[in-house]
Amino acid sequence: MLRDWVVISVACAYLGLLFAIAYYADRRADRGRSLIANPYIYSLSLAVYATAWTFYGSVGRAVSTGIGFLPIYIGPTIMCLLWWILLRKIILISKVHRITSLADFIASRYGKSALVAGLVTVIAVIGILPYISLQLKAISTAFTIVHSHDVEVVGAGHGGPFLSDTALYAALILAAFTIMFGTRHLDASERHEGMVAAIAFESLVKLVAFLAVGGFVTWGMFDGFRDVFTRARELPGVQALFVIGGTGDGQTGVLASLYSATFFAMLAIMFLPRQCQVAVVENVDVNHVKTAIWLFPLYMLVINLFVPAIAFGGMVHFAGTPVDPDTYVLTLPLSRGQNGLGLLVFIGGLSAATGMVIVETIALSTMVCNDLAMPLLLRWPALRLNERKNLTGLLLGIRRGAILVMLLLGYLYFRIAGEAYALVSIGLISFAAVAQFAPACLGGLFWKGGTRAGALAGLSAGFLVWLYTLLVPAFAKSGWVPMSIVEAGPFGIEALRPLQLFGLTGLDQITHGMIWSMLANVGAYVAFSLSTTQSAVEHSQATLFVDVFKHSAAGTGSLFWRGGVSVQELRALLSRFLGADKADDVLEGYARDRRLRSAWEVEADANLIQFAETKLAGAIGGASAHAMVASVVKEAPLTMDEVMSILDEASQIMKYSRELEKTSRELTSAYADLSSANEQLKELDRMKDDFVSHVSHELRTPLTSIRSFSEILHDHPQLDAATRTKYLSVVIQEAERLTRLINQVLDLSKIEAGRVDWRIAVVSPREVVEHAVAATSQLFAEKAATLEVDVPEEVPPILADRDRLVQVVINLLSNAAKFCADPGGRVSISLRAEPGVVRVDVRDNGMGIAAKDQELIFEKFRQGGDTLTTKPRGTGLGLPISREIIQHFGGRLWVESEPGRGATFSFVIPLRRQAEVGGGDVPDDRAAALGAPGTEAGATGTEPR
Amino acid sequence: MKKRILIADDEPNIVMSLQFLMEFEGYEVRTAADGETALQILGDFRPDLVLLDVMMPKRNGYEICQVVRETPALAGIKVVMLTAKGRDIDAEKGLALGADSYVTKPFATKELVATVKALLGDA
Repeated sequence: MLRDWVVISVACAYLGLLFAIAYYADRRADRGRSLIANPYIYSLSLAVYATAWTFYGSVGRAVSTGIGFLPIYIGPTIMCLLWWILLRKIILISKVHRITSLADFIASRYGKSALVAGLVTVIAVIGILPYISLQLKAISTAFTIVHSHDVEVVGAGHGGPFLSDTALYAALILAAFTIMFGTRHLDASERHEGMVAAIAFESLVKLVAFLAVGGFVTWGMFDGFRDVFTRARELPGVQALFVIGGTGDGQTGVLASLYSATFFAMLAIMFLPRQCQVAVVENVDVNHVKTAIWLFPLYMLVINLFVPAIAFGGMVHFAGTPVDPDTYVLTLPLSRGQNGLGLLVFIGGLSAATGMVIVETIALSTMVCNDLAMPLLLRWPALRLNERKNLTGLLLGIRRGAILVMLLLGYLYFRIAGEAYALVSIGLISFAAVAQFAPACLGGLFWKGGTRAGALAGLSAGFLVWLYTLLVPAFAKSGWVPMSIVEAGPFGIEALRPLQLFGLTGLDQITHGMIWSMLANVGAYVAFSLSTTQSAVEHSQATLFVDVFKHSAAGTGSLFWRGGVSVQELRALLSRFLGADKADDVLEGYARDRRLRSAWEVEADANLIQFAETKLAGAIGGASAHAMVASVVKEAPLTMDEVMSILDEASQIMKYSRELEKTSRELTSAYADLSSANEQLKELDRMKDDFVSHVSHELRTPLTSIRSFSEILHDHPQLDAATRTKYLSVVIQEAERLTRLINQVLDLSKIEAGRVDWRIAVVSPREVVEHAVAATSQLFAEKAATLEVDVPEEVPPILADRDRLVQVVINLLSNAAKFCADPGGRVSISLRAEPGVVRVDVRDNGMGIAAKDQELIFEKFRQGGDTLTTKPRGTGLGLPISREIIQHFGGRLWVESEPGRGATFSFVIPLRRQAEVGGGDVPDDRAAALGAPGTEAGATGTEPR
Repeated sequence: MKKRILIADDEPNIVMSLQFLMEFEGYEVRTAADGETALQILGDFRPDLVLLDVMMPKRNGYEICQVVRETPALAGIKVVMLTAKGRDIDAEKGLALGADSYVTKPFATKELVATVKALLGDA
């Protein structure tokens, strides 16, 4: 039996000790010799995770669900493995951006949005309140048990008058204690060294107390672990607790609840406001994380070591009595009269509860003040806050008020709903609430595409589903809302039953809530992020967060302030929130860092504005600080382009270098083009030279004969008449050849220059072929070669220059006559109407043309064979001219040949559409055209060649 | 004994005129219409001078000239290149290959005859 005054005075002494530790640590910090700059203190402070829920509740959960108590500790252990990546990044970002809370962190990531900050704060407060009330309940129950020594107490003080309710006093004392701890002064750094030191000490106390009671039960009441387990096994139903899924539920249901609890615990260790506070905001050195990664899981393991032993010990010891398993830790030693140990356990539990309440309420009060109250108050013109010289008092007042209100609300919740759930269930509902921060937070860390709208949508959707699937049923069990909503669904709609949403059944409440809330949260976050665009600030913050390892090297964070402000204005602003002395200190420090003699030499540039904003952010949060600085800086809005250009100077340089490379490539390619053009010009020059040389040769040859015989005739008058006639006919023949050549050269140059006077008309191909055959019949007769003509009666007319077309056919026929076999020459010409074209083929039985020469022969002065060794048998201009003519009519001229098997020269000319053929009725025109037979053979002056 | 001249050209009318001019001067003339025929006749006929067209089928004038200069049995034959190609480079090439003279077509008959007589020492 412990007297009230003993218990109370020991508790008060303990709190006094904590306060002394905190006070000492604060003093050390002020003198620059931080007590908490130590990885072990940091790791111990993280153990604030183990609350009264762990201290008392683990045993209770082990009794009811066997291994069900483990996920709460396995989750964080798994998460620790990721800390070096995840936590380190968050800490680094928070240091760069002077993040003061989780709400601040998420809001800063999404463009310093006050709306996001407010939403996160509301979710955190609503989600955490039950958790706070849980701690009050634990303290009050423990107190009642200790001072009444009634081990069967259930729900201590519950329903009694307020003034005699220990929980109320506990709440008030804790509020006072927290206010003294956390809000003694307003620090721009927002760090609470004293509090961290005290929390670390508390972690030790609760560990020692738990190990002590564990040891007492195991070896004091029993004969070691083996004895405890052996005796427990004899109890009915205990065996099942050792086996996964052995508690009677369906196997999958139990496994699912283990997974979901593990999952929530993983996220809780990151996103519970108190964990954020100690792990991120209070972090002194990011390298401390290295130690915490192994030390924190070890702590969790050790504090859980005796959970099964105490659970089974309690079950054996209290078998058949209605002692609440949640109190075994305390009731087991008391039942053996171990009052001293009982007091130690009470203090341990007090440690666990106070640690949680202090850190949680400080973290929440910072969020409520910076992210909820200040933005609202600053926007309320009637308050004229913008004109007040010093707001530090107001800030502290808001925080103190928030702490008090939260503890009282927690008490209220405990009074009204506290009995509806076991401790663990309330804890998990809180875990599920803070898990809603995960998508926006983790997404924001690694995905630049996450937008403010996405964060708002995800948070809202997840929170609403959490409210509906987890909180509403809890309220229903407490009788605040009709149970019918849970059992039959709102308005009787079964699909909307909060515990079987859309027909999802077979899962426990937590798993069910996890699936739907995470689905809604992640879905809305991703969908809205993808469908909305970021503002300039959002974009810059996204880049600074995701690429923090890159940007922090520069050290300055964002420099997105532009515009005019004086140092005096910034000093006034800082004074209002930090106090005048602090503001001067801060500015002097800034000046010292820049090696200036005094703050008066400081320039009000973007750096200073940024500096002021981060200092303010430490006091009033990022979103509010941004708003306050914006109110004094006449900021010109930054366009997206400008932000990008500031942000990515490096990328500009890269772009410039890319452009240089591009220019260089263009120059190289231009040089290549020029070289190739030059080559072409050289080639053209050579061709012109060759052409002139060829023409010269072709002109000189007949001229030689003409001159020689003219001189012979002139110098030898004695020649007989027959010889003279013979020589004169040579002169005439060679003169004709010369004329022909000159005509062809002129012809070709006219065609190539496009100066030909084409006389296009409707032409009958049949008439053209017949005319050409008649004109060349003499050539075939001289060579004794046969010419077969295959011309059908009906061939459609074409549009062409008749005389030119005749020229082409005569050229092909005379070439065939020239190159066909001798003797036994045989040439055939055919005319065919094919789809869309008229086709003419001229086939000879000569020696054929080698494949390599088949295109060459259409070049000027090029004939089959080597022009150097083979005397050309024509001017070498006939085929080039013919091809030019056919192409002018839109047709094609080509040759097919196999050496030794003759050659076939063919051309096609497209048939024209009716309109082009000349309006009227084509068949009639064609009949008319076809009706006109060729002129008389040989009537044309065109000579073959 | 009459001095002998080979006329090698693929233009029959030019051959006809040259033959008249050379025979009128009292030379014994043989003709060839392509390079290969010309080479055969060179061996059999053993001319004192050859009037050689550059552009001939089968073997061109340059090749014939080269064979003449490189064959000891043909040593001492005078070579007059005739060409319708009027470029300086063509003349240089002919002379470089050992031609004794190079005449561009069309030529003055009197000058050609004078050139031939001078080369044969009949002037």
